[in-house]
Amino acid sequence: MKDLSNSVAIVGVDESDEIGKLPDVSLTSLHLQAVHNAVADAGLKISDIDGVFTAGQHSPAMLGEALGITPRYVDGTSVGGCSFIMMVGHAVAALHHGLCDVAVISHGESGRSGTGVTRARDTSLSGQYEMPYGFGGAPTYFGMITNRHMHEYGTTLEDWARVAVSTRAWAGLNPKAMFRDPITVEDVLNSPKLFYPFNLLNICLVTDAGGAVVLTRAERAKDCAKKPVYVRGAGEGTEHTLVTNMTDMPMSKATAISGNKAFEMAGVTHGDFDHIMLYDAFSSGPPMMLESLGFAEPGEGVRFFDEGRSDPGGSLPINTNGGGLSYTHSGMYGIFPIIEAVRQQRGECGDRQVPGVKCSLVNGMGGMLSAAGTIVLSHET
Amino acid sequence: MEPELLRPLPKPMTPEAKPYWDGLREGKLMLPECNDCGKAFFYPRIACPNCHSRNVGWVQASGKGKLYSFQIAYRALNPAFKIPPPYVLAMVELEEGPRLMSNLINVEADPDVIKCDMAVEVVFEKQTDEVTIPLFQPAS
Repeated sequence: MKDLSNSVAIVGVDESDEIGKLPDVSLTSLHLQAVHNAVADAGLKISDIDGVFTAGQHSPAMLGEALGITPRYVDGTSVGGCSFIMMVGHAVAALHHGLCDVAVISHGESGRSGTGVTRARDTSLSGQYEMPYGFGGAPTYFGMITNRHMHEYGTTLEDWARVAVSTRAWAGLNPKAMFRDPITVEDVLNSPKLFYPFNLLNICLVTDAGGAVVLTRAERAKDCAKKPVYVRGAGEGTEHTLVTNMTDMPMSKATAISGNKAFEMAGVTHGDFDHIMLYDAFSSGPPMMLESLGFAEPGEGVRFFDEGRSDPGGSLPINTNGGGLSYTHSGMYGIFPIIEAVRQQRGECGDRQVPGVKCSLVNGMGGMLSAAGTIVLSHET
Repeated sequence: MEPELLRPLPKPMTPEAKPYWDGLREGKLMLPECNDCGKAFFYPRIACPNCHSRNVGWVQASGKGKLYSFQIAYRALNPAFKIPPPYVLAMVELEEGPRLMSNLINVEADPDVIKCDMAVEVVFEKQTDEVTIPLFQPAS
């Protein structure tokens, strides 16, 4: 595992031409825009791509066809929104062993407008055991984990609100963020009640967006257009699909497995990070991930937010793009925290640039902390 | 004319879950149980998720348990679910160990009233001649 560390770099990242509310842009077009933009960012050509990685509605075969290439390595791992973070690890292994030379991980999702989308879900479990009771949609499941956390550790609605407030402060510094006006804890607590313990401002946006990440082996990365950002560590894990089978709830086994693996491969510990990106479909997600990753004792993850450590100017900036809560969330958000971490490593983030970023963490969930992917990035080897 | 359904019916019903659905129709909450390690589990499947044995049978649950967690839904996400909000989405941990999703009924849908770990008991609610579902209420 250690010889994979730093063997591969991320050399290109970008979103689709626009992100947000895009009823006239199909899912396929979101993919193609993102891949074309990210490949250009790397100073490469579409014809250089020989490894295609994607999750969601389109298979890698369909994306290869749409791009007009014939990849010799594909991966369609689909375990929820963190699939793209996992795919960084998969791409590292494939590139390291020469199974492909230039890998692209692509995400496109018309999550808000449903343009060019045919939805088909596997309902064999949820259809029998959840939907008859009114479940359906992430806000009716993630609150179960959140409420149990409140019961076990005494965390409060105000604690979760502070996460949304901190993340919105970062969004104010990102011109691409959908919602940029500052909010207060009271704003969150007074926003419409949807699914206790969540009010509207505890829940992510629903947008249309694409994003892509291009990777190649370290020696070739030096010839690309931008400063290479090396993949020092990568981990993944899965535990369940039904949240009733999350055995240590509210702690996430998948997240712990994924994080430990990534930290071990990278040879880093919790104190080494300058900047953290955590998948925030809900305001309660980042604190709980910090706990399962070992950054905080159970129940103490919220302190990163209520003490201002996560904020602009804080000691450990978290979700500097404005997150799924305020920047964009198309559905499978996991590509976007990778893009932001790479931009922070390159020093491209303008007003929201964290000074002196050397070590970034990206951790995402699939489903309801059902699956996890973790990567450690650095522009230094 | 059939009365209007207030809930989406289980779909699809999988063959390995037939004893579960058959039991509910007779007013019994049946759980799959491993004949080797003795653990009950949920959802029904043909191998034990604890010891991985395929020697799996069924046991009738007591119908008693605790409210492991809950949410209050102030609106419905699925148009096929027609019970007016607010209603209580419930995760119940049965005495036998497994957790399952349901609704908590016969209680005010108020987070100041409902508490995690409160004792609950099953009540059966017939939907159609084929489908009965397990709901839960505060234990008497």
